[in-house]
Amino acid sequence: MDNSRSNLTATTGVLGAIVAFFVVVGLLFGVEATILQTLDGLSKGSAYALIALGLTLIFGTLGVVNFAHGALFMIGAFCAVTLSRVLTLSHTVIDESKTDFLGNPSKIQVPYLYDWFGKETGDAIIDWAVPLAILFSIPIMVLVGIVMERGLIKHFYKRPHADQILVTFGLAIVLQEIIKAFYGANPIPTPAPAAFSGSFDFGAMLGFDPNVIIYPYWRIIYFAFGALLIGGVFAFLQFTTFGMVVRAGMADRETVQLLGINIDRRFTLMFGLAAAVAGLAGVMYTPINSPNYHMGMDFLVLSFVVVVVGGMGSLPGAVLAGFLLGVLEAFASMGEVLEVLPGLNQIIIFLVAIIILLTRPRGLMGRKGVMEE
Amino acid sequence: MLGLDKKDFRLLVIVVALTMLAPFLLNPFPESSGLAQFNAGYPDLMQRFVIFGIFAIGFNILFGLTGYLSFGHAAFLGVGSYAAIWMMKLVTLNVIPAIIMGVIFAGIFALAVGYISLRRSGIYFSILTLAFAQMSYALAYSVLTPITGGETGLQIKATDRPILSNLEPGEIGRANLFGMDMRTSFELGLGDWLFTFNSGYYIAAVFMILAFYLSIRIFRSPFGTMLRAVKSNQTRMYYTGLNARPYTLAAFVISGMYAGLAGGLLVAMDTQAGPERMFWTASGEVVLMTILGGVGTLIGPVLGAGAIKYMENILSKINKDILHQWFAILPDGIENFLVTIVYPFVGKGWHLTLGIIFMAVVIFLPGGLVEGGQRIARLFGRKKAKGDAEEATQSTPAE
Repeated sequence: MDNSRSNLTATTGVLGAIVAFFVVVGLLFGVEATILQTLDGLSKGSAYALIALGLTLIFGTLGVVNFAHGALFMIGAFCAVTLSRVLTLSHTVIDESKTDFLGNPSKIQVPYLYDWFGKETGDAIIDWAVPLAILFSIPIMVLVGIVMERGLIKHFYKRPHADQILVTFGLAIVLQEIIKAFYGANPIPTPAPAAFSGSFDFGAMLGFDPNVIIYPYWRIIYFAFGALLIGGVFAFLQFTTFGMVVRAGMADRETVQLLGINIDRRFTLMFGLAAAVAGLAGVMYTPINSPNYHMGMDFLVLSFVVVVVGGMGSLPGAVLAGFLLGVLEAFASMGEVLEVLPGLNQIIIFLVAIIILLTRPRGLMGRKGVMEE
Repeated sequence: MLGLDKKDFRLLVIVVALTMLAPFLLNPFPESSGLAQFNAGYPDLMQRFVIFGIFAIGFNILFGLTGYLSFGHAAFLGVGSYAAIWMMKLVTLNVIPAIIMGVIFAGIFALAVGYISLRRSGIYFSILTLAFAQMSYALAYSVLTPITGGETGLQIKATDRPILSNLEPGEIGRANLFGMDMRTSFELGLGDWLFTFNSGYYIAAVFMILAFYLSIRIFRSPFGTMLRAVKSNQTRMYYTGLNARPYTLAAFVISGMYAGLAGGLLVAMDTQAGPERMFWTASGEVVLMTILGGVGTLIGPVLGAGAIKYMENILSKINKDILHQWFAILPDGIENFLVTIVYPFVGKGWHLTLGIIFMAVVIFLPGGLVEGGQRIARLFGRKKAKGDAEEATQSTPAE
């Protein structure tokens, strides 16, 4: 009773702060700029939220601090790269009708897909490589997650958190170096389907003047996808028997085991799910930023900050903090803000994290007794 | 002797001997032999061994004794570097004041960061230090460009006129110690061997020996015992009526000052400083060094620093041609096969080897190289583990 009330006050406090923030910002910068930056923040934040959600799932179920989670995000991105490469596998055909500058018949590369489905369908499939990679990556990521948990992390449950951090940190190095060995060190551009390459006039839809609030399609899709995925994970945990057992296990593992439920196996599957969430976040991120081998590490540092701000072990906290920090970062990157406080966009997330950790040690929505020695 | 018991004194003597004779020990292969590329006895690398040794010794005082895992220690190294290079640019080209400034500034910065970060423990502490380090990096990279030189960093330029050094017009200042250039080297050719004795290396080595001596004293002092108490049970310490905070803060500042010393020395050897020194991977590297060598042991961090810097500089130089030379005796098919197998682990892929070794150490050998040395020593039936470190020193010849 007491606990739920304090939770309620915390939630109202946070919500109130958010509303107040938007009112102030709206008055300062105008409504159009506010909407635009909010959009930007939400699409940035959905990547943070997705990774942080996976991290929290792993931490909440298995009690492991997974420094290799960024690497899972990166592997997801490279699933998309791999699929787009597989789809464009080609064979050489000699085209008699055209000649190159020496007068020989020119050779052209024809993807196998053209032979199988004809040129138009083949082109469409190649164009849609990134969305198709969603299907392709789920089994791979689940498998990677399960192998990781069974092969390595299982042996670290009884060891101190520092050891878990260190071994997963080592694993992250190994995974990213393996990717580097196969794909090289340079970013690999992987475009979104042509249908989504433009920008969307969001303002016109809401009744503002055209061309005031325009935003790239793919980023809006990324946000929608992220929201959908997060909703899916929550629904899965909330409304299925499996999810119910997992939640029970998170609350009291021993009792669940005493009831004769093999909770370890379910937790392993949750690790797979968390890996898949991170991987999907990576797949969809490829058109926004060309994937390279260290993208995971870059995101990991921020995602940890997000998790800690949200409250270690709190799923809603991780999601809320992800979006919140994304929006804050977007506003801090505005020209008007940077004129007054230069460099704020670089440090805002860390600054907020420091303030939150010092004033609310458990984070925004942290539970009592998690990670408190 | 020197306030140390017999065992520790012997360890110190061994370390002094190893560092002083390093130009010999690290150059075991003749110049003309194919193994010469494994020689690590050139000044630049030897300097890195001892400087990063200092960095890791300092990190170990915090992590090894108190158990607080800082993921932002490179920030102090960076601050020390910047302070040192400004001292050289503005006041004097003598390295001593520069190093002292580096230590002082790193200490002040560590005091500020530690005062805030140490309010939390466990992963929260790690994240807080990481956040501070990333903030320093981001600021050094962008807003503080007038002070830090931004992306290009700071170098000593022809326009710098340090007030205490008399430079000819247009002369570019060089770091020196009371007139002795850091880059002065004395080369000794013995038969096919060439040994280089570099003044910069010896200055850094003296600093490392001092730092090492201080760390032994800290480990054996009542203060060190207090720090161990923080690690083993903070609550119990609290109930005994002791406040852990001043002790951990002192340990944090001391290890920050060690990092500042390392940063100052880096500038003294190679007069430049850049923000990449503060990036969080640099902080991760010192964690790797300490774990690899052996957390909480005296000699471990130095061994770890040596091992990682050795791999970074020597392993990364091996390319395909060299591999083909090695396997040249074998039939072509097997040769190509072996080269293909081995190549991803060396050259540009040396990080992969590092990651694998690091994981193996964390999984199988939580005590690091020192524990490995002890196990080997025990295996060969010598006297049972005498002390933490000596065994390992003997079983690992280089650094």
